[in-house]
Amino acid sequence: MNLTLKIWRQKDSNAKGQMVDYKVTDISEHMSFLEMMDVLNEQLVNSGEDPVAFDHDCREGICGMCSMYINGEAHGPDRGVTTCQLHMRMFKDGDTITIEPFRASAFPVLKDLVVDRTAFERIQQAGGYISVNTSGNTQDANSIPISKHAADEAMDAATCIGCGACVATCKNSSAMLFVGAKVSQYALLPQGQIEAADRVRNMVAQMDLEGFGNCTNTGACEIECPKGISLDNIARMNRELMKASI
Amino acid sequence: MALNSKIPEGPIKDKWTNYKDHINLVNPANKRHIDIIVVGTGLAGGSAAATLAELGYNVKAFAYQDSPRRAHSIAAQGGINAAKNYMGDGDSTYRLFYDTVKGGDYRSREANVYRLAEVSANIIDQCVAQGVPFARDYGGLLDNRSFGGVLVSRTFYAKGQTGQQLLLGAYSAMNRQIARGKIEMFNRHEMLDVVKVNGKARGIIARNLITGEIERHSAHAVVIASGGYGNVYYLSTNAMGSNATAAWKIHKKGAYFANPCFTQIHPTCIPRSGDYQSKLTLMSESLRNDGRIWVPKNIEDAKALQQRKMKPTDIPEENRDYFLERRYPAFGNLVPRDVASRAAKERCDAGFGVNATGEAVYLDFASAIERYGKTQAKIHNLENPSKEKIYDLGKGIVEEKYGNLFQMYEKIVDENPYKTPMMIYPATHYTMGGIWVDYNLMTTVDGLYCIGEANFSEHGANRLGASALMQGLADGYFVLPYTIGDYLSNEIRTGKIPTNTPEFDEAEKDVKERLHFFINNKGEHSVDYYHKKLGKIMWDKVGMSRNEKGLIEAMAEIKELREDFWKNVKVPGNLYEMNPELEKAGRVADFLELGELFAKDALHRNESCGGHFREESVELDGEQKGEAKRNDKDYAYVAAWEYKGEPAAAVLHKEQLEFKDIELKQRSYK
Ligand SMILES: Cc1cc2nc3c(=O)[nH]c(=O)nc-3n(C[C@H](O)[C@H](O)[C@H](O)COP(=O)(O)OP(=O)(O)OC[C@H]3O[C@@H](n4cnc5c(N)ncnc54)[C@H](O)[C@@H]3O)c2cc1C
Ligand code: SF4
Ligand code: FES
Repeated sequence: MNLTLKIWRQKDSNAKGQMVDYKVTDISEHMSFLEMMDVLNEQLVNSGEDPVAFDHDCREGICGMCSMYINGEAHGPDRGVTTCQLHMRMFKDGDTITIEPFRASAFPVLKDLVVDRTAFERIQQAGGYISVNTSGNTQDANSIPISKHAADEAMDAATCIGCGACVATCKNSSAMLFVGAKVSQYALLPQGQIEAADRVRNMVAQMDLEGFGNCTNTGACEIECPKGISLDNIARMNRELMKASI
Repeated sequence: MALNSKIPEGPIKDKWTNYKDHINLVNPANKRHIDIIVVGTGLAGGSAAATLAELGYNVKAFAYQDSPRRAHSIAAQGGINAAKNYMGDGDSTYRLFYDTVKGGDYRSREANVYRLAEVSANIIDQCVAQGVPFARDYGGLLDNRSFGGVLVSRTFYAKGQTGQQLLLGAYSAMNRQIARGKIEMFNRHEMLDVVKVNGKARGIIARNLITGEIERHSAHAVVIASGGYGNVYYLSTNAMGSNATAAWKIHKKGAYFANPCFTQIHPTCIPRSGDYQSKLTLMSESLRNDGRIWVPKNIEDAKALQQRKMKPTDIPEENRDYFLERRYPAFGNLVPRDVASRAAKERCDAGFGVNATGEAVYLDFASAIERYGKTQAKIHNLENPSKEKIYDLGKGIVEEKYGNLFQMYEKIVDENPYKTPMMIYPATHYTMGGIWVDYNLMTTVDGLYCIGEANFSEHGANRLGASALMQGLADGYFVLPYTIGDYLSNEIRTGKIPTNTPEFDEAEKDVKERLHFFINNKGEHSVDYYHKKLGKIMWDKVGMSRNEKGLIEAMAEIKELREDFWKNVKVPGNLYEMNPELEKAGRVADFLELGELFAKDALHRNESCGGHFREESVELDGEQKGEAKRNDKDYAYVAAWEYKGEPAAAVLHKEQLEFKDIELKQRSYK
């Protein structure tokens, strides 16, 4: 198929960006979206132009690097996938596709479609861990039985890949889904209880400091999240925060 | 230089304990004055950085991604081994040790493997304490599954995302130390050279991938944890950015490179679909617990499948060839990876492949769904359940175990694997070879360490499933923190290492010159053009099966390609900006050298062992007819190559392997 691409180009974080049009031809429906971008970039390199910078690495939906806002949706039109898992069979010949970075004031653009998501790092550093030493002198793993239900729920929360689609989707640029998922993972496990109050307070404080907005329950984040992280995690985080303040 | 593997004296069971009891330690007050650089934040680098920082050293950690959490360890699916014997099925430290040495086709160092098996159980304790949500049974205890090449269930897992959960555990431990200021994290930084001062590793030159700035960083010791070099094949299950640059750069500065030809081709990956393909996707080995691998018995059926005139479900049971179950009744679908890959290739080469290119076999879950469905029906006391009910119940169980893998498959192939068998084909996955290290995990350069997939150590010529995660975390959490202390105990009076010295000047100059060359060359072909060509040579001639003629040709072709690269490569943009093409150029330049050494190593090793299959070396008769033939008399050694200017000129050093605790025998999975 032949496509028109409208892509956000921005030289660096200080430059002013703009949308630029490109054409690609002979795109196979079996290609992944990023393979289509490879075709464009190969074309640009061969014609002496600057290729489009975009983040990607694993290309199998798990590292959380890829981050394109495609036709007005984070990770594009398919559900439950990252940009790298999106396939061209979702588009048809003659389509025009707009491609922008994940936008939020806490995610400044570094170049073209690449944004700076280190705000997420700092939130994790504020408390996204259990304070055990990695010395190996811990108790036997099976001496902490955990109900299958709790373990499975913690696992579901821990599935978050830190991509930031929730933030890019939210009209308030809220990071509640991301933070809620991390808080929930530990809140659901006995190992996480000891520091639970400090953890949630510190992570939420850092989240506010980074300039992420508030949650107004639109639920858009849950719909666009490639890993199906549920809104229940936000509710759980709010409960944890309440508990921590009494 | 003669290789000294520094294996401690004493019986194998006591070596590590004795070693730990007698090494020199650095007191806590002195650790504050010692800096360590860790390149890589995957399971190996991440766990090392966290532990070293916790011990009190000042750590600087580097990753090319925008967060430590995105290292390629995140993609590991199936699980992690540990000799916990929670299942009571006869597992033990010795058995894990034995399985690993045997699985590696007797080309690994006994003492290292034993230590790995010994610390394995501790890894699970550690990870659970960190909040890693491993799968559990209804009693609340940890669940296990089975992986290839073993007869026990010792694999711990977190759905099909074990690597992700373990890495997030190590990442959380890192975050704790970053918050305390003990780790300084350099995201989006790429190490481009190591700096040696008076023969010791004292720092690195790195490029800030956002600004393009070239930076100097000094330390008392440098740890390389940069992962494997599978991308030398262009297509592999590795991440797009996975590269050999850090390892290759230290090789050029004196670290020997061991067994580069020992590479794992994983049997269960999604087949290629076209020339535009940028990477291959693994379907975890855990699927072989429940999936049965087959091709049609009759060539006419295979032809019909290739032309899409028939569906797999049209082929009745009696016309299916479950070739692994047929050839290896004892291990069946759970034979080790090298054996499974070759068997699939053999069937496809004989014309029995099942997709349009003839390069695919089936991995079928129909019988597992039925089996689980029937058990569930019993548990729920259903009398005479319908076929559909059984299917639904069974599907539920399969979904719980492998849901994310099935979803991944469906997204890529656009077929529903609950209804029709998956199609799979072998692909490059893991590199057993890597930087040579001694028992201390130190390379042939003083103060320069190498851990995780980047080193050559524990897996011999073939790695067993779920053992890479185990090794990475063992190295980082439990081994390196001891061994590096022994070395650093001599550094307490050294003081801060300055970076304004001639050694740093020179290393930085070389790095800059190379980068300027790329930018200014304005050649004809893109970096990918060369990478793809290299990949094709590697796959065709240094791939799943190798012979003398092909290997000689490969060496010449790679050299020629490399020369063309240095004349005609085209890199757009500038040095001092974010420039992904420039990053790739440096990595491909290194692959173009490594590829040739790889072929040279494969050529010199005229035996078949593990993932290295030489067509000249097969069993000619008896029960093992057609199986790989190892040659212990001539090749029971580690081939460690010393850099001498050109890959072809590399000099071979042999570390003879001694097997005192395990008898050397032919590997049989029959
Ligand atoms: C798809 C897949 C599935 C797998 N499944 C399993 C499994 O189920 N069980 C199992 O045991 N093993 C599995 N493996 C193997 C295992 O995941 C890897 O061997 C292991 O995770 C490697 O860890 P590592 O820490 O050595 O390297 P990596 O995790 O690859 O980390 C490399 C690090 O080095 C950094 N880096 C690299 N080069 C540079 C440079 N020049 N400068 C700065 N930083 C650099 C990267 O940024 C990264 O942080 C799987 C592998 C793949 C590809
Ligand atoms: S919650 Fe979902 S959308 Fe948000 S960072 Fe995690 S995976 Fe991405
Ligand atoms: S590239 Fe890793 S999730 Fe998309």
